[in-house]
Amino acid sequence: MSELEKRYSPGLAAQTKRPIEDPGIEPHRVRMTDKSEKHARTAERQIAAMFGVSVIGAIIAIWGFFAFPIVDGDLSATRNNSLWMGLGMALSMLGIGFGAVHWAKTLMPDNEVSELRHQARSSEETRAQALEVVKLADGESGFTRRKLIRRTMYGALAFFPIPGIIIFGDLGPVVGDSLRHTMWKSGTRLAKDPTGIPIKASDVTIGSVFHVIPEGLEDLEEHKLEEKAKAAVLLVRVNPEDLNEDPAKADWSYQGIVAYSKICTHVGCPVALYEQHTHHLLCPCHQSTFDLANHCEVVFGPASRPLPQLPITVDAEGYLVAQSDFLEPVGPSFWDMRK
Amino acid sequence: MTNTTEQKQGFVGGTANYLDERLGLGAVVKGFGRKIFPDHWSFMLGEVAMYSFVILVLSGTFLTFFYQPSMAEVHYDGSYAPLKGAQMSIAYASSLDISFDIRGGLIMRQVHHWAALLFVAAAGLHMLRVFFTGAFRKPRELNWVVGFLLFLMGMAAGFTGYSLPDDLLSGNGLRIIDGMIKGIPVIGPAVSSGFFGGEFPGTEVVARLYSLHIMIVPALIIVLMGVHLMMVVIHKHTHYSGPGRRDDNVVGYPLMPVYVAKAGGFFFLVFGVIAAIAATFTINPIWNYGPYDPSPVSAGTQPDWYIGWLDGALRLAPSGWDVVIAGFVIPMGVMVPLVVSLVFLALVAAYPFIENWVTKDKREHHVLDRPRNAPTRTAIGAAGVTFYGVLWAGASTDLIATNFQMSLNQVLTAMQILLILGPVIAYWVTKRACLSLQRKDREMVLHGRETGRVVRLPHGEYIEVHEPVDKYELWKLVDFKEYEPVLPRPDARGKITVGNRLRSAVSRLYFEDRIAPVSKAEYELAHADHAPAIEDKPKSKRKQKALTK
Ligand code: HEM
Ligand code: FES
Repeated sequence: MSELEKRYSPGLAAQTKRPIEDPGIEPHRVRMTDKSEKHARTAERQIAAMFGVSVIGAIIAIWGFFAFPIVDGDLSATRNNSLWMGLGMALSMLGIGFGAVHWAKTLMPDNEVSELRHQARSSEETRAQALEVVKLADGESGFTRRKLIRRTMYGALAFFPIPGIIIFGDLGPVVGDSLRHTMWKSGTRLAKDPTGIPIKASDVTIGSVFHVIPEGLEDLEEHKLEEKAKAAVLLVRVNPEDLNEDPAKADWSYQGIVAYSKICTHVGCPVALYEQHTHHLLCPCHQSTFDLANHCEVVFGPASRPLPQLPITVDAEGYLVAQSDFLEPVGPSFWDMRK
Repeated sequence: MTNTTEQKQGFVGGTANYLDERLGLGAVVKGFGRKIFPDHWSFMLGEVAMYSFVILVLSGTFLTFFYQPSMAEVHYDGSYAPLKGAQMSIAYASSLDISFDIRGGLIMRQVHHWAALLFVAAAGLHMLRVFFTGAFRKPRELNWVVGFLLFLMGMAAGFTGYSLPDDLLSGNGLRIIDGMIKGIPVIGPAVSSGFFGGEFPGTEVVARLYSLHIMIVPALIIVLMGVHLMMVVIHKHTHYSGPGRRDDNVVGYPLMPVYVAKAGGFFFLVFGVIAAIAATFTINPIWNYGPYDPSPVSAGTQPDWYIGWLDGALRLAPSGWDVVIAGFVIPMGVMVPLVVSLVFLALVAAYPFIENWVTKDKREHHVLDRPRNAPTRTAIGAAGVTFYGVLWAGASTDLIATNFQMSLNQVLTAMQILLILGPVIAYWVTKRACLSLQRKDREMVLHGRETGRVVRLPHGEYIEVHEPVDKYELWKLVDFKEYEPVLPRPDARGKITVGNRLRSAVSRLYFEDRIAPVSKAEYELAHADHAPAIEDKPKSKRKQKALTK
């Protein structure tokens, strides 16, 4: 048993006696390069050649940089530039790497050496001295003795970081009810994404799908993506007989045309894969699946709320319009969404 | 005296003298120059991680000279024709410029991304090496924790970087993060608003991620890495069990010159391999994805590999299971994956302390365990890897379903079952495998190695010839630590506490099934009637003594 083992409790370790004595480190195996100067010289030349190859690699990389200037609209130059610089650099690095390792393996001594370890724990004497130092410092400062100073200092140290946290308060605005509202209002026309062209009810044939944004979104000067991230809608026309509508929401659709939020109620990816014969909408992120014919209820996957429906109708010119905003928050659930 | 010697010293000697007279570096070289480092391929995994990080800093610095972290909108006017005129953020436009309009830009982007993938992979494999060999035991528990933090930081660096180009995929990744944050009870919406500077996606987040990605996270990694390596120096590296390797010595090569040459050369090898991959394999072709827009779909895309397990956790979450308490919503599709992955990480971080609570072994351990000789730890590790692996595969449920023509539903259910059952099976199989390997070792010690050669004895019996194992090999087979379970013991007040009972139960789980190392008595018995397996003891022993000194 070594010194290290004796000092501390071995816990549950069983003490079995080894059947043989530790034979010590294996004898060194002599390499060809140790035995013959000829082999050593060959190794030397090989190493030098690898370093030489490295230089060639660097030159290739430099050549690659100058040989392929950028040509607007021509991607082959970019591709060649990248390829030759990359391969040249690779060669120059690998040359040095293999050279150095080969050098170490063939010409540097490969005798394994043993060195003693020392415990992390300081010697008893050192520990005693360290303790002295701490006690001395304590006595000189009165840290333990002067309770009032100590306690107020703890208080000060506990309080001083708080402004450092509060100062980040303006990272973002107070949430307010922005999560509950979108751009949709009564009369907003449903427009095609991304062109912004309004959609007529008569353009929507049975089985067709439209990716929809509110008309006017494209003209927003600010917050276009934020609005789009909430207002994106999927519009589908199904055979009215296939629709199982909630009687209270029967007038939210128009002749089998229904509009649902496209923002997944799981964590917010666009739900945009529509399977016509099952009427299922699929979210590509984690495969939540919503049954369009059945109030977009979740039929599969980690989402747990149906996609909110946008009540729609047609205006005097036959364009599809929203009757109002969504009546519940779109997108990922959050804790006070029902309040 | 110095002046005259200095002149004769030549360049190297002169420089050394110059530095020593000003910085006293002589003492450092004397102290560190011949430090011993054990050599094994698996000790290079940590090095690969470290070198990948250096490469990340080098290539990343290049990228910072051209990348612009702004979400202001512009119309693209670069060389990539298909996107000409498209509206996009400056961040995305500058990333495209790096790819197409700056010579060397594409190769540096690719080097950076490949190095990032390798960094986390190498750190992960390094962590597994440390785990399965028991290198985390006293005195290295704290270094395990530092390493664990490094692994987390590696993932954080990767994720913040992935989000910078502001292409469709990176925006989608942020969208998912936003959804997860929003789902956290009470603070969710406010944290999301703080992170994005208002509503998602806003105009702030890329710049904020940029300062995290190029300053805060790398600074933390550098500090942690410094502490990590300092501890490796303080503790001295572990070595694998073998002849002459003990808990109170370290066997290997001196730092100078062998280790410097090997490790230095290895840096260039890692760099070279990354450069070669980056030159020939496209990674993250952001130009194919287009600028971020919350509406288009991006089916079949995958996050970088190290985020996969979290994405998988989101997919395998139970369906339709929101909890509503007093009108407040707790979305389980978010909270279950979040809590499960945090608990998993916490268990990883705490493992050294858990194991020590069971063994109560307070000694320092510098000889690594062969994984088979710690069957329960190895089995726990296998269970953990399986758990992680199933989550990771879970990120590809859709690809699995399409490739194997199964319904998504079947794949998902199978994965959910596998997530629970897989680790249990892995635990059991690994433990049995370790025990039978140990049994094989015992056989080898007692009866020698099977040669496959069968001979017929004079009286007609057939036997297989067993070759004695040489003593160096033999030592490796017999030198390991073995533990025994404990019974619950009453404490000073004569009570058996719950903690005590629990520890006893866990110790039984750990050590009830075990194969004891061959004892001296057994060995001598087995060898009494055989030809002696050990040749010329006394002679070589003297030689060895000389060597170990
Ligand atoms: C993220 C980047 C990381 C880097 C750059 C890094 C680097 C290194 C290096 C160079 C060594 C010495 C050589 C070796 O044993 O491989 C080392 C040792 C060690 N690392 Fe890491 N490491 C990282 C992550 C981790 C992780 C995730 C863990 C565990 C949770 C860990 C735990 C340890 C321990 C315990 C040692 C001492 C090993 C021994 O002496 O056998 N490291 N690390
Ligand atoms: S975001 Fe749609 S399933 Fe996760």
